[in-house]
Amino acid sequence: MRTFSYVRADDVDAALRAITDEPNAKFLGGGTNLVDLMREDIERPDTVVDITRLPLAEVEELPDGGVRIGALLRNSHLAAHPVIRSRYPMVAQAVLSGASGQLRNMATVGGNLMQRTRCLYFYDDAAACNKREPGSGCAAIGGFSRSHAVLGASASCAATHPSDLCVALAALDAIVELRSSRGTRRVPLVDFHRMPGDTPEIETVLADDELITAVELPPPPSGVSRYRKVRDRASYAFALVSVAAALDVQDGVVSSIRLALGGVGTKPWRAYQAERALLGAPATEESFRAAARAELADAVSLPHNEFKIRLAESTIVAVLRGMS
Amino acid sequence: MRVKFTVNGEERTADDVWEGESLLYVLRERLGLPGAKNACEQGECGSCTVYLDDTPVCACLVAAGQVQDREVRTVEGLGSEEELDPVQQAFIERGAVQCGFCTPGLIVAAHDLIRRNPCPKDAEIREALAGNLCRCTGYEKIIDAVHTAAAHSRGEATS
Ligand SMILES: Cc1cc2nc3c(=O)[nH]c(=O)nc-3n(C[C@H](O)[C@H](O)[C@H](O)COP(=O)(O)OP(=O)(O)OC[C@H]3O[C@@H](n4cnc5c(N)ncnc54)[C@H](O)[C@@H]3O)c2cc1C
Ligand code: SF4
Ligand code: FES
Ligand code: FES
Repeated sequence: MRTFSYVRADDVDAALRAITDEPNAKFLGGGTNLVDLMREDIERPDTVVDITRLPLAEVEELPDGGVRIGALLRNSHLAAHPVIRSRYPMVAQAVLSGASGQLRNMATVGGNLMQRTRCLYFYDDAAACNKREPGSGCAAIGGFSRSHAVLGASASCAATHPSDLCVALAALDAIVELRSSRGTRRVPLVDFHRMPGDTPEIETVLADDELITAVELPPPPSGVSRYRKVRDRASYAFALVSVAAALDVQDGVVSSIRLALGGVGTKPWRAYQAERALLGAPATEESFRAAARAELADAVSLPHNEFKIRLAESTIVAVLRGMS
Repeated sequence: MRVKFTVNGEERTADDVWEGESLLYVLRERLGLPGAKNACEQGECGSCTVYLDDTPVCACLVAAGQVQDREVRTVEGLGSEEELDPVQQAFIERGAVQCGFCTPGLIVAAHDLIRRNPCPKDAEIREALAGNLCRCTGYEKIIDAVHTAAAHSRGEATS
C-alpha cells in the first residue's frame, strides 16, 4: 500500500471541503472495498477522507410514503430496519444475500453503490484491463469469461457490477442524492452507473468532489416483491444471476411489474423491455418466458458465459411464477 | 498518527501508527493481542473478526484511524484463562479446533450469533458463520460446538 494521509470529517461541509482541498482524495466508508483495493495497489488516493462519522445513517419515512436512507447507514442496519423489512422486503433480501455478516456490519449504502467490479483480471496487475489501466486492453474478452456480463458489454469491457443492493434499488426507482460544494442534485439510480463504452474506468456519474448523501425510495410498488440470487454456493458468493421483482396481478392480468437483473449486466440492469412485454399481459408462464426473452434478445455472450442467458431466462420465469 | 481507543475495557494508545495500518495490525503488532488472526487480509476468511462498538467486523479492512475513541473487544476479552466463555469451552468440548487458525474469529462470530439468537438452528448457524472459513474441520464439529455453547448459555446441561 502506498503512503497516504488520513482525514476524519465530522460533518458534511468538512467532508466536502476535504475532498475539494486535498489533491487526489477519496472518501472512506466501511472500507470493505477501498482498503482492499488500496492494498492491491489498484486504488491510489493521496488522501483518504473518513466519512463514517457523518450524521447520515438514518432511515427516515417521507410524507409521500417513501423513505430516505442515509448514505452512511451500514448494510446490516438497512436490512434489519423494520420499515425496510415490512415495506421494501426485496431490499432487505438483496442486502442479506450479499457478503458476510461481518462485512455487512461494515459496508455502507454509499460504498455499496460505488463498489468496483470483481472481474478477476481487474484484480490481477499482470493482466490487461481497460478499467484499471485505460487503453491496456481487456484480458477477459478472449480470457476466462464465466463471470462476465451478457448485457451492456462493449469491446472495451464486459465486467459485471457486483452489487445486490443496487439491483433492488434499480427495480424500485430509487433516487441517489449527491452533494458537492456546488449544491445538491438527484439522479435516478438507473442513470447513476454508466455503461462501459470506450471508457470503462468511468463507472458512475459521480463527480470526484461529490458525496452520496442519501438514497430515496418512492412508495413501494403494489403487489408482492422478491429478490432471488443464483450463485455457485448457497451463501457468501457473488451472483451469477439475480432477479429483483415486484408483481401485481388483477383478474389474471399483470397490472404492475418491476424487474431488474444482477450478475448479467455491466450495471444494475433494469429490465424495461420485459416490463413492457408483461404489463397488461396474462400472468402466465408463457408471458413470463416471452418477457424474459424480450429482455435477453440483445444479450451477447463470451466463450464461457453463454449459460447466463438461459439461467437468467429461467430465473426470471421461476421468480414471477412463484409470485403470481 | 496517534490512535486512542478502548480494547477489552481498557483505554489503549498506539503511537506512530502509519495511516495504512489496519486495526488488525495495531492489535497484533502494537498492542500485543495476537488472538485475531491475519490470513487473507481481504475480508474473505473472517479469522480477524473482532467486535467494533459491539458489532463483529473484519479487523483487516478497518483502517487504524477509524477506531479513534471507539470500543474494540477481541477474543482475548471474551473469557479468562480461569473462566472460559461458554463458546470457548464448547469449542474445546466438541473438538472444533484443529490447527486453530480460524478459531478466534469463529468464537467471536459464534458469540455474537448466540447473543442474538439463543437457540440457533443448523441453517442459521451456517449462514451466520458463512464469513468464517475453516480449512481443517469440515465445519461439522464447529456447528456442534455452537449448539453446545448455546445450550450452556441458556443454562442447560449437555452430555
Ligand atoms: C469477501 C467479500 C464478499 C462480498 N460479497 C458481496 C456480495 O455478494 N454482494 C454484494 O453486493 N457485495 C458484496 N461485497 C461487496 C461489499 O458489499 C462492498 O465492498 C461494500 O458495500 C462497500 O461499502 P463500503 O462502505 O465498505 O465502501 P468503501 O470500501 O468504504 O468505499 C468503496 C468506494 O465507495 C466510495 N464511497 C463510499 N461512500 C461514499 C459516499 N457516501 N459518497 C461517495 N463515494 C463513496 C469510496 O470512495 C470508494 O471508492 C463483498 C465484499 C467482500 C470483501
Ligand atoms: S472485463 Fe473490464 S474489468 Fe475485466 S479485464 Fe476487461 S476491462 Fe478489465
Ligand atoms: S484476515 Fe480479515 S477476513 Fe481474512
Ligand atoms: S481449524 Fe484449521 S482452519 Fe479451522
